Amino acid sequence: MFNTREFQAIYVMWLRQMKRFLRSKSRLVSTIIQPLFFLFILGSGFRTVITLGEGGDYLHFLAPGIVAMSILFSSMFTGVSVLWDKQFGFLQEVLVAPISRFSIIIGRTLGGATTALIQGLIILIIAIGLGVPISSFFGLLLTIAFMILIAFSAVGFGLIIASKMQDFHGFPLIMNLIILPLLFLSSAFFPVTSNETMKIIAFFNPLFYMVDGLRGSLIGFNNILPPLVNLGLVFVICIVMMTIGSYLFNKSEA
Amino acid sequence: MDIIKTKNLTKKFSDLTAVDNVTFSVHKGEIFGFLGPNGAGKTTTIKMLTTLLNPTAGSARISEFDIIKQRDKVRQNIGIVFQEPALDTELTGEENLEYHARMYGLNRSKRKDRIEEVLKLVDLEEKRRVFVKNYSGGMKRRLEIARGLMHYPNVLFLDEPTLGLDAQTRRAIWAYIKKMNKEEDTTIFLTTHYMDEAEYLCDRVGIIDRGKILVINSISNLKSAVGKDVITLSCTDLNKLNKKLQEQKWISKIKQHDGFLTLGVEKGDEKIPIIIELAQIVGVKIKSISVRKPTLDDVFLSYTGHTIRDEEVKSNSMIGIHPQYTRGKR
Repeated sequence: MFNTREFQAIYVMWLRQMKRFLRSKSRLVSTIIQPLFFLFILGSGFRTVITLGEGGDYLHFLAPGIVAMSILFSSMFTGVSVLWDKQFGFLQEVLVAPISRFSIIIGRTLGGATTALIQGLIILIIAIGLGVPISSFFGLLLTIAFMILIAFSAVGFGLIIASKMQDFHGFPLIMNLIILPLLFLSSAFFPVTSNETMKIIAFFNPLFYMVDGLRGSLIGFNNILPPLVNLGLVFVICIVMMTIGSYLFNKSEA
Repeated sequence: MDIIKTKNLTKKFSDLTAVDNVTFSVHKGEIFGFLGPNGAGKTTTIKMLTTLLNPTAGSARISEFDIIKQRDKVRQNIGIVFQEPALDTELTGEENLEYHARMYGLNRSKRKDRIEEVLKLVDLEEKRRVFVKNYSGGMKRRLEIARGLMHYPNVLFLDEPTLGLDAQTRRAIWAYIKKMNKEEDTTIFLTTHYMDEAEYLCDRVGIIDRGKILVINSISNLKSAVGKDVITLSCTDLNKLNKKLQEQKWISKIKQHDGFLTLGVEKGDEKIPIIIELAQIVGVKIKSISVRKPTLDDVFLSYTGHTIRDEEVKSNSMIGIHPQYTRGKR
């Protein structure tokens, strides 16, 4: 089975992403440094300003939000980077190979999700090193499950954007006008419980369930919904994103 | 045996017919060229034959496999070098070949042997572990040719193989194309808008303009149809002289195009004095006259009524150069 073309295609797409990721030192450094900046600067700056519903250290509240953010950004970027392949012609080379588009998408998604998970895990380990508590062993497993689902959802979303755009010019626009506001309203940086309107908005925000679920399973307090409810919802979001993403990618022309 | 066979192949994009009822076949082992200006429908034809685009109408078979119904069989049997480079520049040359081979189902030992073979064929053995982003334009093109050959294709498609390369590199690429045609016995289908390229490489050429094939023949046959020699002249009254020359039996072909008359004749240098005499009789003054051996450019002119260069100047009308001026500069 490991020598079949389809398996090889998935493996090649995955391997290619991993190699590119590990070789691009600047990307590796910046994707890890940026969330750490957020963690340290926001963490120490807002510590005295923000009061949390159930009390506790602000750094502990912030850490799951930052982990979610780093995974989100990184996997969205790999989803959108299909555009690079389109512009530099590499996508054509893949599309004329005797393999199905489904394998291409799977390999690409796995590659993007793996790189994003590596980054998320590094942030998580640093956060734990800084004293962020772990609720339980089961909580840690749940945390990893959330991280995987966030990664796949974001790759799917990236694929949706990539099949709707012709080049990279619109990418900053989408980041600034859609992703950042959603992230701010997701309780990643501050609790949404202080304000009733904000709380209602949060329930329409897919990122909220990801961040809230990650927080509930990792540190086990200051979350609004129980982690398992969040897990179910995030799972549905993930399936929807991946389905639309692969459908649109399948339809797009090289 | 015919390795590519098309029948009334047609592709329409909303109101534009890019490829219009094209029927042709390519013999096994030959180098076949599609010659035509930019926008003639060459790349669209290649995209249909390589299963990247579905034809609007008509059909085609490659190695007896149908391009619509047996996509994967077709894909397994062809190699492609695209007009724009399609390499992953963040990977090394060897990795690009390796990944390609995996996707085409070559096993480990075959992959290793074949990479050696194709790298040797295009002389890139020493650069195999260099990142493709550090390759020159010519090296990239060579690597793409090598990659196209990795999976032992029956047909290799080359879309404008030397576009944007300098004269020296072009010659080298030509040599590689000839070499692989001979050593690997690969049938080659290429498109080009360079006359010299088609002339140097192709056994047979199809001239394509505005989506239609005008003629398919060997280079030497195409040229001899124009005449043994070609005389080009400009004068004070083209129409008048044209009319007079039409009466002459020894002129095989006359074409009038943007300020010039082009005549196909035999023993051209002996005909110049006769033409000048004829011009004097009708009272037309000849401004310039030259004789040369026919080129594919003349063939193209005789079938389309315009030269490839003119077509390109027209399509680049933003630059606003009159065809005559570009001609004068040559």
